[in-house]
Amino acid sequence: MGTQRHFRVWRGDDDNGELVDFDVEVNEGEVVLDIIHRLQATQAPDLAVRWNCKAGKCGSCSAEINGMPKLMCMTRMNTFAEDETVTVTPLRTFPVIRDLVTDVSFNYRKAQQMPAFDPPEGVAPGEYRMQQVDVERSQEFRKCIECFLCQNTCHVVRDHEENKTAFSGPRLFIRAAELDMHPLDAREDRKELAQAEQGIGYCNITKCCTEVCPEGIHITDNAIIPMKERVVDRRYDPIFWLGRKIFRRPGMPEKPAEGRRG
Amino acid sequence: MTDIERHSYDVVVIGAGGAGLRAAIEARLAGKKTAIICKSLFGKAHTVMAEGGAAAAMGNVNPNDNWQVHFRDTMRGGKFMNHWRMAELHAKEAPERIWELETYGALFDRTPEGKISQRNFGGHEYPRLAHVGDRTGLELIRTLQQKIVSLQQEDYAATGDYEANIRVFAETTITELLTTGGSISGCFGYYRESGDFLLFETPTVVLATGGIGKSFKVTSNSWEYTGDGHALALRAGAKLLNMEFVQFHPTGMVWPPSVKGILVTESVRGDGGVLRNADGKRFMFDYVPDVFRKQYAETEEEGDRWYTDPDNNRRPPELLPRDEVARAINAEVKAGRGSPRGGVFLDIASRRSAEFIHKRLPSMYHQFKELADVDITKEPMEVGPTCHYVMGGVEVDPDTGAASVPGLFAAGEVSGGMHGSNRLGGNSLSDLLVFGKRAGEGAASYVDGLPARPAVAEADVTAARKTALAPFDRTGGPSPYEVHAELQQTLNDLVGIIRKESELSAAVDRIAELRKRIETVAAPSGRRYNPGWHLCLDLRNMLMVGECVARAALERQESRGGHTRDDYPDMSAEWRQVNLVCTANDTGEVTVARQPLPEMPLRLQQLFDRAELAKYLTEDELAGFDAAAKSTSDSADASTPATKEEEK
Repeated sequence: MGTQRHFRVWRGDDDNGELVDFDVEVNEGEVVLDIIHRLQATQAPDLAVRWNCKAGKCGSCSAEINGMPKLMCMTRMNTFAEDETVTVTPLRTFPVIRDLVTDVSFNYRKAQQMPAFDPPEGVAPGEYRMQQVDVERSQEFRKCIECFLCQNTCHVVRDHEENKTAFSGPRLFIRAAELDMHPLDAREDRKELAQAEQGIGYCNITKCCTEVCPEGIHITDNAIIPMKERVVDRRYDPIFWLGRKIFRRPGMPEKPAEGRRG
Repeated sequence: MTDIERHSYDVVVIGAGGAGLRAAIEARLAGKKTAIICKSLFGKAHTVMAEGGAAAAMGNVNPNDNWQVHFRDTMRGGKFMNHWRMAELHAKEAPERIWELETYGALFDRTPEGKISQRNFGGHEYPRLAHVGDRTGLELIRTLQQKIVSLQQEDYAATGDYEANIRVFAETTITELLTTGGSISGCFGYYRESGDFLLFETPTVVLATGGIGKSFKVTSNSWEYTGDGHALALRAGAKLLNMEFVQFHPTGMVWPPSVKGILVTESVRGDGGVLRNADGKRFMFDYVPDVFRKQYAETEEEGDRWYTDPDNNRRPPELLPRDEVARAINAEVKAGRGSPRGGVFLDIASRRSAEFIHKRLPSMYHQFKELADVDITKEPMEVGPTCHYVMGGVEVDPDTGAASVPGLFAAGEVSGGMHGSNRLGGNSLSDLLVFGKRAGEGAASYVDGLPARPAVAEADVTAARKTALAPFDRTGGPSPYEVHAELQQTLNDLVGIIRKESELSAAVDRIAELRKRIETVAAPSGRRYNPGWHLCLDLRNMLMVGECVARAALERQESRGGHTRDDYPDMSAEWRQVNLVCTANDTGEVTVARQPLPEMPLRLQQLFDRAELAKYLTEDELAGFDAAAKSTSDSADASTPATKEEEK
C-alpha cells in the first residue's frame, strides 16, 4: 500500500550541517511530520524535531518544506507528486539548535517586552461586559498558535539579524492590535508603542506574513495597517473619543477583511 | 559535580499547562520565588488541545444553574466515586476562576447581554461551558502565559530582572524528585536543547504534568503525556489512586491512519450533532443506562426539541457522559454496524447550516478538511473511541493539593479523586484552574510554615545523574521507539476500553517482560536535542503508569465509568466504597491496596433524591442516610435546615 519517496532533511547545527538523503515509505493520508517520525523510528533515532499536538493547534512543528514555511503536521503528502523530492529544512530566521529545531527565544523576549493587558479600574471580576461583535476583532488575533512562521518569513528580519533589536515582528503586531482593540484594555497608547517600541514602521506591507499564517489570520489588513494609522487620526478626533468612551469600541474599519489577498 | 547547573527556588512547578501556570501565578502572588518547568516550549502544553470549554455554574445562559447542580452532575458523571470535597470545591469556585481570567485579558464568546456565553456539553444539566469557539484551551493557556509575562514585567520594573521571582525553564524535563528525611528537598532534570543537567534545591514541588495517554496506541494526547508526574510521585513515595479509570473519549478521528485518535470535540454533539450507525440509525437511544433513564429523551423528537426548549424536554442521549457514549460506539462497531473505516458516523452536516458550523466549530472544520479531505458542513465524520484522560492520579488533600509526601503537591490531570470514575467534558479546564490555584497556595503556605529547608543529599544527585546517562552506556539494546510501540500495543489490546481478567493478567506479565527490555534500551549518542535519549528516559515512566492501570484494573471486579469489565459487567455498591491505591517499591514494582472512599457528608447527600442515591449506595449506607435525614428533619422543624444554608 505504501510508496517509497525521496526526502532530504537538514542535519546539523548552526555551525555545521548538510542535507541528508533518505528513501522512506509513505502511506495514504500521511503528513510530512509522520514521515519525519518514521525516519526517527527506523533510520535516524536522534533526528531532532519539535512537535506536540499533530493537529495544527499548538504551532510546534514549523519548518520549511521545499522552501515554504509550513506546519509539518498539516502538510499532506498527497500535495507532492510521487516522484517529487521533499526537502525539509529548519526555519531560516532563527539559529539552528539541531536538525529541524531552532532557537525561537527571540519571539519570547519580544513578548516579554510588550506591555500586558491593563485591566480596567473599578470593574470587578464577573462584571466584565462586552459585546460579541466587539470581542471578535481581538479574537481573530487570539487564534494565533505562535508557530512563528510569520516571524520566520518576514523579510525585515529573515536575512537581517541587525533589525532584530528594533523590530518585534508580525506575531507581536497582532498582539498589539489585539490589545488596542480589546474593549476593556485601559491603555490608550498601543499604537504609539507599536511605532516607538516595536518597530512597526519597518513593515512595508508585503503581506508575506499573512500568506504563511496557518490560522488564516489577516495579519496585514486587520492588524498591521490599522496599527500603522497616524496616531493623530484618533487621538484628537472628538467624535471618536466620545465613541470609545461610550461604546468601548476602537476606531477600526466596520468589517474585517474577507478572504486572503496576495 | 561541576556539570550540573544549580538553582534555588521556593516553589518548583513541574508542568506548564493550565494547572501548572495557575499554580505558579498563585505561588508568585504569595511572594514565593517560583520556577516553572516546561517540557515543551512555553505555551505549547497539552491544555492547548482542549476544545469545548471550561465548566462553571455562572448561570449566564440558564439562571437555574448553580454550584449544587454542577456538583450533582459531576458526581453522577463520576458514578459517585469522586472525592466529594474536591467536587464541592470545584463546583463552588469554578465561576470565580473563570471570571478572574477576564482580568488577565481572556476574551470568551459572549451572550447578548455581554456576559460570558456558555454551551451545552455531555452530562451537564444546563449550558455551562465558557468557551471561545472550539479553541478554548488555546485561550486559557495564552491567557495564563500572558499573565505570567505581566508578573515578570512587574518584577522587571521593581528589580530590573524579568526572571527575579518567576522563571520559565522551557524544554526542560525533570527525571527525579529528591527527598531528604522523607520530605521534598529538590528535583533533578535536563535541558532538552543542550542535554545539560539541572538541580533545583526547593522545599516544594507542584506536579502539574498532565496525563498518561502516550502509553496507549490510539490516543488524543501529545508526546508529552508520558505519565511523568505520576511516576515521579510514585518513586518519591506518594500514592496514586483510581488508576484503573481511564477515559476513552467517544469521538476521535479514525481515518486517515496517521491521525487516528485525534480529538473531535464533544461540542459537535453539544451543538446538535448526532451519532448514527451504518444503517443511519441514531443508536444512542438504545444505550441509556438505568441510572440516567430519567434525565434523557426517549424519542428523537424530544431530543431535538431540547436544544431550543430545555426546560420542557429532556436532553438527547448523544450527550450522555463520555464513558457511556464510548461503550455504545464500541458495541455498535463490534456488532458490525460501524462505518467503513471502523468507527460510527457523527453527523452535523444534515442538522445545522454551514454558516453555523463554521462559526461554532471552526477548528473541527479545518481539521477534517485539511487532514481527511472531509467537509463536515456537507458530510458526516467517522469517529471512534480514543484514549483521552486518566481520572486516576496522585492522592491529594482536596483543600491544599498536598500529597502524602511533605512538600509535594499535585493539581490537574496528574492528581486523582476529583472526577471519580469518569470525568465530564469541560470539567478539566475548570479543575486545573481551581486546584492549580489551591496547590500554588498550598505550596506557598507550606514554605511559610517550614522551620528549616531540607538539604539535598549529594548521593541522590549522583544517582539521578547516573540513571539519566545510563542509556548512553548500553550497546546492542533495542531501540526505544520499538519498545514504546510494544508498550502502546500491549495497553491498547489488553487494558483498553473493554477489559477482562485473562487479558489483564496477560498485560501484567507482558509489562514485567517490557520492564526488562526497557532496562536495556540504548540511546543514540550525543546529548544535544536527542529525542531518542529522551524517549529512553520517558519509557520507564510510561511503563510504571501502565503497570498501575493494569494492576488496578485487574483488582476492581465491577464496571464503572472508565473501567469496563466484560467479566464483571455490573456496577457494585460495595466496590464504590473502595479506592484502589498504587505504591511502588525501590525497584519500581507496583503494588495495589484497598482503602475506603471518603464518605460524603449528609448535607451533600441531601442534594440528591433518595431514589437516585439508591442506585449507587449500599443498603447500610442508605440506612445511615435515612437515619441521619430523619434526625436532621426532626431538629430542622425548630431551625433552618442545613441544605437551605447551602443554597445561598
